[in-house]
Amino acid sequence: MKRYYPQLLITGILISAHLSFGILEGYSRTGTAILVAIIVEMIMSRLTYGTWPNPASAYITGISVGILVRSPFLWTYALCALVSIATKYVFRYKNRHLWNPSNFGVSALLFLAPASASVLSIQWGNVIWPMIVIWMLGAVIVWRVGRLHISATYVASFLLMSLVQSAVTGNPWLAIVAPITGPMYQLFIFFMVTDPPTTVHSKTGQCLVVFCVALVEMFLRLNEIVYAPFYALFLVGPLALLIDEWLRAPSRRPIQSGVAY
Amino acid sequence: MSVNARARALWVVWCAVLVGSLVAMVRLNKSATGSVATDNRFGFTLVESAKQLGVDFVHQGPAFDRRLDHIMPQVAAMGAAVAVADFDRDDWPDFYVTNSADGSLNRLYRNNGDGTFTDVAGDLGVADVNRAGTGVSMGAVWGDYDNDGYEDLFLYKYGRPELFHNDAGTGFTSVSDKAGLPPWVNANTAVWLDYDRDGKLDLFLPGYWSEDIDLSRLQTTRIMPESFEYAENGGRKYLFHNLGPSTGSGQAALFEEVSAKLGISSRRWTLATAAADLSGSGYPDIFLANDYGVPQLYVNKAGKQFVESGRDSGVARTPKSGMNASFGDVFNDGRLSIYKTNISEPGVLVQANDLWVPKKGTAGGTPQYDDLASSLGVDLGGWSWGAQFGDLNNDGTLDLYLTNGYVSAGERSSYWYDFAVIAVGHSAIIGDAANWPPMKGRSLSGYQRKRVWLNDGAGRFTDVAQVVGVTDTYDGRAVALADLGNRGVLDVIVANQRGPLLIYRNAVQPGRHWIELALEGASSNRSAIGARVELQWNGRTQVQEVSGGNGFSSQNDRRLHYGLGAAANVDRIVIRWPSGQKEGKTQTIEHPALDRILVVKEPA
Repeated sequence: MKRYYPQLLITGILISAHLSFGILEGYSRTGTAILVAIIVEMIMSRLTYGTWPNPASAYITGISVGILVRSPFLWTYALCALVSIATKYVFRYKNRHLWNPSNFGVSALLFLAPASASVLSIQWGNVIWPMIVIWMLGAVIVWRVGRLHISATYVASFLLMSLVQSAVTGNPWLAIVAPITGPMYQLFIFFMVTDPPTTVHSKTGQCLVVFCVALVEMFLRLNEIVYAPFYALFLVGPLALLIDEWLRAPSRRPIQSGVAY
Repeated sequence: MSVNARARALWVVWCAVLVGSLVAMVRLNKSATGSVATDNRFGFTLVESAKQLGVDFVHQGPAFDRRLDHIMPQVAAMGAAVAVADFDRDDWPDFYVTNSADGSLNRLYRNNGDGTFTDVAGDLGVADVNRAGTGVSMGAVWGDYDNDGYEDLFLYKYGRPELFHNDAGTGFTSVSDKAGLPPWVNANTAVWLDYDRDGKLDLFLPGYWSEDIDLSRLQTTRIMPESFEYAENGGRKYLFHNLGPSTGSGQAALFEEVSAKLGISSRRWTLATAAADLSGSGYPDIFLANDYGVPQLYVNKAGKQFVESGRDSGVARTPKSGMNASFGDVFNDGRLSIYKTNISEPGVLVQANDLWVPKKGTAGGTPQYDDLASSLGVDLGGWSWGAQFGDLNNDGTLDLYLTNGYVSAGERSSYWYDFAVIAVGHSAIIGDAANWPPMKGRSLSGYQRKRVWLNDGAGRFTDVAQVVGVTDTYDGRAVALADLGNRGVLDVIVANQRGPLLIYRNAVQPGRHWIELALEGASSNRSAIGARVELQWNGRTQVQEVSGGNGFSSQNDRRLHYGLGAAANVDRIVIRWPSGQKEGKTQTIEHPALDRILVVKEPA
């Protein structure tokens, strides 16, 4: 049951947010993303490994795409979901996929189809309680699955970097931290940066990686790149995994004896 | 095949799938930007001719409290408006344009009938309306509220609204005090309608900013929307019921404010509104395009109540930044669709415009709508503002003219990043103007190319703006259509924020027929606002309604224009007058003569 907490959380967020605030472009679009993700996962896994996969992972990829992508075009949801899942089977190193699937899919869509899609950029209504509830619920869930340190480190790093940004640009600090109060960042913090298959093994490493994500994000933001968090994770995530695997290589293991893996 | 070879082969296949998907993204993205015509074979051209016509108006924008200086270009980004009417009853359409700087003068351009216009606003008393302390003009709508045969002028402002009585085309007299208007409203739109069909025009005036804010003298900087998508701290809505001539002069009307009594209590940030019988009840419903949220559709229940039905009808599913409300029968099948403009900025925010087409068979209650903007190709129009339906090439289908552009400042610098950052903030942050990053001379969706979408009648619109002559890149706001020369073609007037007023004179190739209807009510309101006309020809039916204001801060000529293409005959014209006199009965004109302006008076 514990492994399904993230799926339950994101589904709960989706349903309550849409019923309360209508955050989705429409059920058909989110449904398309989920359906495409699951079907593609089924086909690719069956053909590649000869087994039917648990659809939970594809579901969370599909629903993330369905929530994050804002577009009037159905094809953006379908292609984004397809690309997201396909990366799991294309970009692999030592039996691990390198990118968080939805991070790759959303980044690719934003980069290659900027006129057709943007990313969820709205608030949970105009009151504060939904935001507090989701922060608390999300924190409890990631704590239960042993990943609170990742989310917490990212938030702390983001706030630290925002001070630097404010000093550099002269813009009000509140304006710079404004995005983290929105749903897009909550999904990013609770689901993308904590994704087990695409995070490094050690706790220290995990914290270091999200600090680096926040650092790269800051530089992207200083260059006025709106989708900085997605691109930062896109750049840092695979690099961190490669380094992690290199450090874990058998020839280097004696050096790291005593480190818990 | 060995296991390894099979795995490698599959990997190659997955690579091909991934690459193919990425290529598809690029290609579909390119096609999503819409079809843009590159050759002119569309049967018309638009030539910008304002100066030749004697119109040299340049809009002056407002300037508000110094505490808004850092974001002034976006706060003071509205006020350019245009409203068309034949105010002196000489059968030539005239138009009124607003100015928005303190002390600036509005203009009323009288059509001289010889291809030129003369500003008569000063002489007639409707120019000097932006005096310090009274607020600044945002727009105007014409309507004959006292049924004396002359179109009166209602002026809405960020300030004190004004109603001017038209003194038989020779001057205007302010009757604001007698009308019972509120002392201050921050509005960007208003519409005349006869919501209870009593033969007297009522007035709907929805606010944008809260009415307790004087933008020139702020008490606080916490004036901004509390959310980019869910704001409900905007201006209140006013519905003024026309009580008829007052005792005394016999000239002025008294209005009673009835919004709460009739169920209208929204505080959304309304930028545009329009009224038409969308539910098929015979009474005008009201559509509101709201900034920072979902639109609203107030369905009229026999003039006794309005029921907000945005969600039930399907138009209020997704919060966007609504800026235009106009209606058009885009399929020539007797159904009025709603066109609402929003924001689309590649790489940042793709809200896309909405074309809400009623599902067949849903009239007679709350209509149900599908958004077909993407399917028809009228979704992506930049930071879109005013839009109007009209048959620009007289081929028998309604085309769509759209203007756009928010703030054109530094050509190589954009405020979009900072705007996107603050816009997603919580109300505690976004709601305070002091938290907004300074614009520092940067553009925000500036210098945008306009759209002239030509309807092929088969479910597809093609943008022909560049090839028919619409090449300006000003910050467009209001669009109004009128046959300024009584030539049987629709000319286009565009009011630009801090820019020149443009008049695109239309030249349609010969051989395309047309007919225009100038309606005059009798037991209905004299302006015939709300009259519904069905023109039937060649198996097609096109519905239009006389409007008391639509688009964004604009009003088309009340005369209804129909292009007919090569058709040499119209089967009939069916007119349903707004009075609804003789329930269920309509006036029918069989086989009218074409290529002329047909004056139709409501039967007594």
